Amino acid sequence: MKIIILGAGQVGSSVAESLVSEANDITMVDVDPERLALLQDRLDLRTVVGNASHPSVLVGAGAEDADMVLAVTAQDETNLVACKLAATMFNTPTKIARIRSSEYLAHPEIFSTVNFSVDFAICPEQILTEYIENLVEFPEALQVLDFAAGKVSLVAVRALNGGPLVGQQLQELRKHVPNVETRVAAIFRKNSPIIPEGDTVIEVEDEVFFIAAAEDIRAVMRELRKMDEPVKRVMIAGGGKIGRRLGVCLEKDYQVRIIEHNYKASERLAAELQNTLVLHGDATDENLLESENIAEMDMFCALTNDDENNIMSALLAKRMGAHKVIALINRRAYVDLVQSGGIDIAISPAQVTIGSLLAYVRHGDVAAVHSLRRGAAEALELVAHGDARSSNVVGRKVEEIQLPKGATIGAIVRGMPVTKGLFGETLGEDEVEHNESSNAQVIIAHHDTVIESEDHVILFVVNRKMIREVEKLFQVNVGFL
Amino acid sequence: MNRFLAVVNVLGKMILVFGFTMLVPLGLAFWTNDGARLIFQESILITVSCGLFMWLATYRYKRELQTRDGFLLVVLVWSVLPAFAMLPLLFYLPELNISMAYFEAVSGLTATGGTVLTGLDMLPLSINLWRGEMVWLGGMGLIVLAVAILPLLGVGGRQMLKAETPGPMKENKLTPRIAETAKGLWLVYTSLTLACMAAYKWAGMSWFDAVMHAFTTLGLGGFSSHDASYGYWDSPLIESVAIIFMLIAGINFATHFLVWRAKSLASYRSDPEVGLFVVFVLASCVGFAAYLWLVGVYADPLIALRYASFNIVSIATTTGYSSTDYSLWPVFIPLWMLFLSGFCTSSGSTGGGIKMIRARILYQQVYREMITIMHPSAVTPARLGRGVLSNRIIFAVLVFMFVYVVSIVFMTLILTLSGLDVITAFSAAVACINNLGPGLGQVGPATTYASLTDFQTWVCSFAMLLGRLEFFTLLIVFTPAFWRK
Repeated sequence: MKIIILGAGQVGSSVAESLVSEANDITMVDVDPERLALLQDRLDLRTVVGNASHPSVLVGAGAEDADMVLAVTAQDETNLVACKLAATMFNTPTKIARIRSSEYLAHPEIFSTVNFSVDFAICPEQILTEYIENLVEFPEALQVLDFAAGKVSLVAVRALNGGPLVGQQLQELRKHVPNVETRVAAIFRKNSPIIPEGDTVIEVEDEVFFIAAAEDIRAVMRELRKMDEPVKRVMIAGGGKIGRRLGVCLEKDYQVRIIEHNYKASERLAAELQNTLVLHGDATDENLLESENIAEMDMFCALTNDDENNIMSALLAKRMGAHKVIALINRRAYVDLVQSGGIDIAISPAQVTIGSLLAYVRHGDVAAVHSLRRGAAEALELVAHGDARSSNVVGRKVEEIQLPKGATIGAIVRGMPVTKGLFGETLGEDEVEHNESSNAQVIIAHHDTVIESEDHVILFVVNRKMIREVEKLFQVNVGFL
Repeated sequence: MNRFLAVVNVLGKMILVFGFTMLVPLGLAFWTNDGARLIFQESILITVSCGLFMWLATYRYKRELQTRDGFLLVVLVWSVLPAFAMLPLLFYLPELNISMAYFEAVSGLTATGGTVLTGLDMLPLSINLWRGEMVWLGGMGLIVLAVAILPLLGVGGRQMLKAETPGPMKENKLTPRIAETAKGLWLVYTSLTLACMAAYKWAGMSWFDAVMHAFTTLGLGGFSSHDASYGYWDSPLIESVAIIFMLIAGINFATHFLVWRAKSLASYRSDPEVGLFVVFVLASCVGFAAYLWLVGVYADPLIALRYASFNIVSIATTTGYSSTDYSLWPVFIPLWMLFLSGFCTSSGSTGGGIKMIRARILYQQVYREMITIMHPSAVTPARLGRGVLSNRIIFAVLVFMFVYVVSIVFMTLILTLSGLDVITAFSAAVACINNLGPGLGQVGPATTYASLTDFQTWVCSFAMLLGRLEFFTLLIVFTPAFWRK
């Protein structure tokens, strides 16, 4: 696929890195030649220096025959204009824009074909906020990823002493929680994947990925570790875009405190958040943390835009007694450095965001993609199309599907609204069947489950190299039509 | 001096116009031949000629008024107009001296409703109509005051909302021009008055009483043409109508205007005062009805509810009607009623007191202070609805509150010094500053202000003006800095 990425920032470079390795032709556009040069040293891609919202720059980047434009520059306005230009001048099939301002996001109609022509608007801050919100809701989990509009979740949890299933074979799970349908998709032991079988024994410190309906998550987690008290008090360090959004989401159900070092910003924050206590100060100031009862906090989220600050304040909070600490860390080297060394969960914003971008780049009909374990593994939600003759999956039992080793089908969601055509093209508003997604039914995959057309299949892939193969499997065989 | 003369020029014009408003009672006097015809003719003649003289004599000083001139004008209008408004009373009732007549006129124009007159039922209809009309005109003037003058001082309730609050509050600047806004508000005021008249007539009043009481209900003045006030009719229906219209008049007229223009009740919901006003008043009514019934003042709970509701709404909205002598109720209730009168009505209504919005802001400030003590680093904005108030406004409200309390204390002390008992002195001070009307003790609902000495009457007149002009407008004129070039 020919892809033009506008903006070589954090997200742009991560996406490029991820896509280059999947045999795509990437052209990067940015105003900063040095940043592009650095990127080109590392990755096999083409670079164009210039303003992404200028037609000549787009022409220079080869927009005429591009399959996709990914506008992820720092300015929403540039991204919008670039998408509109791509649509008007080059008729580019897929246009994705990063839009950060909720002013624009609040009016989806401005993205329509007659207006800015943005096929998919992505707001990284929103995705991150939802990600962290899930972790606050399930404090025991390392990761909670939603599929099929939140009906199914993939949960990563570290097995600990005290979980009834720890030290037992996986097949015991069914006896322990007979009413709960779940499937363990993968186990990582000392950072290497283990393909789970019925007789696999779960050990302490194993990272277990399981798939379950959203309401069953707690029951399964209880098997793997001692449960924590539900979160009541949350402290957020940094009242930037993410901190603010998280505050808005959480303040209804939790006691939230936000620390912001800029006084003007904290005033604005305090004006917007009705039930949140906004504190002006430095999140690495132990006196402030002390006087605000850090030891009583169930969750401490360091969400400033400064990696070092986040790491230090999270470590400090942990040391001073915060129950669970989360830090936002952009630099990959740091993530490896701190995880399991004091900080409970290190979140890499680029990795979290990239999944939603990848979903649109994949072949076949992909409804959702989540990067796992810093991009090594992936979980996908694929839609099966066609019939028994034209498809390699429809009409077959799970055990009959020729999946590569390391890929597991975790769950199937039946009865989701159809939003894409046979070849992955987006259907117009009038073509979409509006059957209620609440009718959708979650089926946890067994070896004899038969996949039907239009099923959403949730797959876990322990190694990204297998993704091409999996995607190919789900593509409709045109020769049989 | 030039400033003063320029203001006198405008004042003369206003007195001239004010003189013509006496044509209404004059017409009634002609029609009913109640013996007050000559009196009104004389009053009009004096008022109009004085006005004309002031206008013409200062004509060459005429100029565009500045902000400071505005304050002076407002103070002069509110203190000089009563001097002309009292003329018919002074001429008709020879036993009335100037201080009492002036008190009565100030009480009317500031929509207070405390009276020095007894034998109201014996007065000519035209005199009573004039008393009602004073309240109504005063209420009308108040609305303009709230729109045009108080915002300049930064103490007007509306101004607090205008600049600082984002979102749905912005529409509080109703129209781009003040004159247009005033026109819109008067339209609402007049329509509501007409509706109130019709409702009173329907509920059983005579046409004359309906007109007179509609005037004093919408102005939240509380003058009645009967000594027994609403006890004269002893009709639950009339009392209900009065309750409804008193509550309406206790709400910001700008909000009424928005509702009327948008044809939707949403503005009441988003108004920062209406909800609390209604909650406070209704809770007090129900609570005290139960109390009165339990302590055995009224044997029937419904009767208790009827008397409690009417009198509490009347006092809380600073109207000052009464349907019974509530000073005989357990003393906690009348005191609570005085307390309610201090803050219940909305800014931009015809009611008095510190207004609900300031009470809300004060409460907010107390809460903020406590949060700051517990969390020294906390950033706590002063909220109003979804908006945030600047510290400038908080200070203005705090200073206003300070002046309000000091005024009450000071007036109470002066009245006590002059020989009144404490309850009378305190309640008179509160009732006058809140523009309420009846107090307790010697000036209670069953009696009048007639028993006060001349000096005490003047103090009360001043207190009414002070409360009506929201302190600063009046006090600013007494500062040397105001007169400095």
